[in-house]
Amino acid sequence: MANSIQALRNLPLDGRLAGGAGVSITPAEPMSRVSLRVKDKDVKAIGKALGVALPSKPKTSNMSGDRASAGRCALWIGPDEWLVLDGEGADIAGALAKTKAVISVVNISHRNTAILLEGQNAVDVLRAGCPQNLNDDVFPVGACSRTILGKAEVVIWRTDEQSYHVECWRSFSDYVFKFISQAAKGL
Amino acid sequence: MLYIRCPYCEEYRPEIEFRHAGEAHIERPTNLAEISADDMEKFLFIRENKRGIIFERWRHIHGCGRFFNCVRDAVTDQIIMTYKSGEPKPSDAEIEKAILALKEEQA
Repeated sequence: MANSIQALRNLPLDGRLAGGAGVSITPAEPMSRVSLRVKDKDVKAIGKALGVALPSKPKTSNMSGDRASAGRCALWIGPDEWLVLDGEGADIAGALAKTKAVISVVNISHRNTAILLEGQNAVDVLRAGCPQNLNDDVFPVGACSRTILGKAEVVIWRTDEQSYHVECWRSFSDYVFKFISQAAKGL
Repeated sequence: MLYIRCPYCEEYRPEIEFRHAGEAHIERPTNLAEISADDMEKFLFIRENKRGIIFERWRHIHGCGRFFNCVRDAVTDQIIMTYKSGEPKPSDAEIEKAILALKEEQA
């Protein structure tokens, strides 16, 4: 008789924990994610189908719920590109299955993973490796941007006054987590 | 480090987010199959490489991902202006104006 085996998908950063003075660093819970490319004329309709409007201003994001881990979030990445996250793991591409517009939807739920930074010094940890200006006046709550952290490309999203969501590729996540942990030690 | 204004992100970003992408405003011939080997060589390889004001393409690869055009002084390395790809090449007067504005900003 054949033995059945079960494939389990592990989070790349499962079980890790780090922090420093005034900052805690934790891997985010699994989410569903898509990389979305939409032409200008279809932006409104696609936003409606998703349940969250696609922001058109650079470096901004929209949330359907009151926090990032619940409901759907749309992050502006480029003029026709968005990163759509669903904290409850719902099928985002499914919500767009009926649209007639010509769009590109790529499921990247497992290509990306995220690290959450929380605390009054969270921004200083990011500043250790991110060349972008993260001051309050240009990077307020809700701001998001694709940029560099150390040697890896990341998307930094400010979800609250002292909370940052750092989205990176799964294969870079070990590097990014260690980089952030090391930076936190220097606080 | 250069500080480059991305016309799509509408703000200045550090150079490390960008990648240089060669000379700008090179028109691809519409009759590629018919042109001579010399013309093909010119289209593919021959670049101005001028001393002074140059036009080049940059890509905001670790940002919005877009290609755009940029006017740079090859002597001082100063970026004079950037504009979206597809927009017309700025005239000498426009470049002159941008240089003056930069000088005023620095003064």
